[in-house]
Amino acid sequence: MKHDINRREFLRRGGAAALAIGGLGALNSCKSKGSGQAASQETDGVSGEMTYRTNPKTGEKISILGYGCMRWPMIKDKDGKDIIDQEAVNRLIDHALESGINYFDTAPMYLQGQSEEATANALVRHPRESYYLATKLSNFGDFTYEGALEMYRRSFKRLQTDYIDYYLLHSLGGGGIENFNKRFIDNGVLEFLLKEREAGRIRNLGFSFHGDSETFTQLLELHEKYHWDFVMIQMNYLDWTHAGGATAEFMYTELEKRGIPVNIMEPLLGGRLSKVPDHIAERLKERNPQGTVASWAFRFAGSNKGVMTVLSGMTYMEHLKDNLKTYSPLVPLTEDEFAFLEETAGLISSYPTVPCNDCKYCMPCPYGIDIPAILLHYNKCVNEGHISQSQQDENYRKARRAYLVSYDRAVPALRQASHCIGCGQCEEHCPQKIRIPRELHKIDRYIEKLKQETL
Amino acid sequence: MLRKIRIILASIFFIGVTLLFLDFTGTLHAWLGWMAKIQFLPAALALNFAVVAVLLILTLLFGRVYCSVICPLGVMQDIISWIHGKTKKKNRFRFSYSPAKSWLRYGVLAIFIIALVLGVHSLVALVAPYSAYGRIASNLLAPIYGWGNNFFAWLAERAESYSFYTTEVWIKSIPTFVIAAVTFVTVFILAWKNGRTWCNTICPVGTFLGFFSRFSVFAPVINTEKCRNCGLCSKQCKASCINMKEHKIDYSRCVACMDCIDTCKDGAISFARRSQIKSGMTKGQAEGTSGKPDQGRRAFMIGTGIALASAATANAQKKVDGGLAPVLDKTVPQRETPLVPAGAISLKNFTDHCTGCQLCVSVCPNQVLRPSTSLLNLMQPQMSYERGYCRPECTKCSEVCPAGAILEITKEEKSSIQIGHAVVDLSLCVVNTDEVKCGNCARHCPAGAIKLVRKNPEDSKSLMIPTVNEEKCIGCGACENLCPARPVSAIKIEGHEVHRTI
Repeated sequence: MKHDINRREFLRRGGAAALAIGGLGALNSCKSKGSGQAASQETDGVSGEMTYRTNPKTGEKISILGYGCMRWPMIKDKDGKDIIDQEAVNRLIDHALESGINYFDTAPMYLQGQSEEATANALVRHPRESYYLATKLSNFGDFTYEGALEMYRRSFKRLQTDYIDYYLLHSLGGGGIENFNKRFIDNGVLEFLLKEREAGRIRNLGFSFHGDSETFTQLLELHEKYHWDFVMIQMNYLDWTHAGGATAEFMYTELEKRGIPVNIMEPLLGGRLSKVPDHIAERLKERNPQGTVASWAFRFAGSNKGVMTVLSGMTYMEHLKDNLKTYSPLVPLTEDEFAFLEETAGLISSYPTVPCNDCKYCMPCPYGIDIPAILLHYNKCVNEGHISQSQQDENYRKARRAYLVSYDRAVPALRQASHCIGCGQCEEHCPQKIRIPRELHKIDRYIEKLKQETL
Repeated sequence: MLRKIRIILASIFFIGVTLLFLDFTGTLHAWLGWMAKIQFLPAALALNFAVVAVLLILTLLFGRVYCSVICPLGVMQDIISWIHGKTKKKNRFRFSYSPAKSWLRYGVLAIFIIALVLGVHSLVALVAPYSAYGRIASNLLAPIYGWGNNFFAWLAERAESYSFYTTEVWIKSIPTFVIAAVTFVTVFILAWKNGRTWCNTICPVGTFLGFFSRFSVFAPVINTEKCRNCGLCSKQCKASCINMKEHKIDYSRCVACMDCIDTCKDGAISFARRSQIKSGMTKGQAEGTSGKPDQGRRAFMIGTGIALASAATANAQKKVDGGLAPVLDKTVPQRETPLVPAGAISLKNFTDHCTGCQLCVSVCPNQVLRPSTSLLNLMQPQMSYERGYCRPECTKCSEVCPAGAILEITKEEKSSIQIGHAVVDLSLCVVNTDEVKCGNCARHCPAGAIKLVRKNPEDSKSLMIPTVNEEKCIGCGACENLCPARPVSAIKIEGHEVHRTI
């Protein structure tokens, strides 16, 4: 019963969005007709122009597909250290700008602190007006005013700019409203940032959120006082109603009520909604044989009219091209399709996967454990049906070998779950609120049972 | 015909025994394990009287067939010698008769037996033929096999196949590796030049069996009526034991390879009952024993051992990803009593029986076993837990040991055999050094021997530190291996001289 209302509500909004987008799309295609760009896009299977959404405060036209700069491709330097593949980043950003993407979202701590610089290195090769920059204040460890200011100023330097279009208080929600007060109110940091907004060095001030609905409500109550220009939430068809903390549906509704533009993160859950179990993939393919599994998630994320941009961390050119195809222009979900995705979400959530999005906020583990690699390997085995319940299972031998062999390949022995001491230092950093040591120990116990053949 | 049978049988045994050392999965042992168990010295040390008796009867009947067919070191020399023979035709006939160096042979045998009785295990392991071959196979051949496997595993990984998995290739002990290499080079040179010199001068098993083969019922016999004194048989006899002048064969050195029978164009040599001819090859023995004991070589080898015993085992440098904290390799702790696997019964039983063949080292899937570097037990395996621990489901070493040094046990028996006990050094424990919650040792103890207690008994929320119930600990090393303290674990296993059952 409740679901019915949700669905109708969603479609009401979706329909309105579709109208708006249709108009916009037509407008855009008129504007750039005859440009050489359209021809080059056609070869990638892009049928038209990128869909844009308007920021009500500034009137800026933001591409519905935003570039998340948390997952740039990495290579090894000559000392074996992981560094961003700048050449690849340049190519990706060039192609993105060419195809109409104009929103780039980074943060000081992404990719071991290398993201801001690498992103800027590629962007400064283009006019500053041709893109909007977003970065964040990630003052997680050091709550002092001086520490926060240093991080703020460093972002300007690294981004090689004198203004930031979208500035976010990074990842509110963890630790409740008390944590927010400690990070931004008690030390006067927010006061400073508000002044910076007045001075025009910050064009839009908002926050990103991972937490429970109570904290979210409290933060929105502060809207009148601080005037949030935008808010970034985690939204996708799995989290719409199945999220661990505040559901995406709840947060979106609250923001829309207040007319605050919504940015979307984790539309694909770090790949969890593209690497789905085999029969889920079949189900999605049957419905749309031409579209990728990921395209469903992106259409979902963009269908709400209050969404300003959907961030995607596109590591490879193929990801970028597929997303461009989905969003040029966006074809909003129909009522049937929404119901279909909601049903799909129910099926996916019945799988015992761990909701890890490979964001690596938990890393580095001081004891050397490769947490995301262990969890993602486990998820892969769940999705491929390589988890056994008991030795009596029909494919027990095959599943056992597949799990143990692929585990050693995915995670070096010294970084496997057996070395997790359960100190719990990772847990507070997880935006998905995964109880990491508990999950690692559970996986370790499962592996022990496989090895000892006592399942 | 007999020669062909010999070659076929020898090939089967040689390949089989070699595979035992290469197969790190341990699956072949179920079918071929017996090939190691019928080796003479391991069988003798295992007090496997049935095998010893059969081998002796075999020798009394047909001569040193053992040396030509069953002994892998002997067959390896035949292969080396055969390759040299193939290079040029005249190389096939490069041998000539030489009198037996009895003084050296029996001298080495005597020293060998004395070493055996006195427990100088390193010396025993050094010259025992099967162990010498085992070291060569496991130190020189197995790495190549491992890398080959890893190449296939690399391919399989790219094909999403689970048919191959990567195995770790590492030098388990530098002294043993050096000794294996030196042994191989020495045996290679001797075999390349003069065929079976090693077997008829150094090898204690060869000498011992030669003592019996002198009286064998069947043997190659020269029919002087047919013989035209061409000398071909003598020139291609790799044991240099055919005295053409006197038409006599030194049966203590003849390895019954049957080459001479096929070489003789006049059919003057046949494998027949000895009683048909006048028995007695006593003259050869009486002839001069000019060779001196090869003391130099032995001294050199032991010297090598001393020089390298102090060298640290090679620590493979591990690549560390940028987003991951570096993990230091663990160092080998000092253990007052060495650790030997469950099934060894006691340290003494283990060292008395072990021939240092490295078969158990080759099959250990957990990187626990490696040859000892201590001088007295050089090359005999011992355990350590830096790379893995003695996992509860594994009894591989006990299944393969041919010498009775590690007796066969079941998983259930293993779970109740105390090979050692854990000792905690709280000053290194991360609960104290990093002030974090841990308990990884207790979490992984298969015997439930580690109990966590409050660090501060007055505080109900106190961090927990590990304590060991020595009565329950079986010494498997899970705690030591999985202890987060690096490079020295805060918990280590001390060996027991005599293993106990709980």
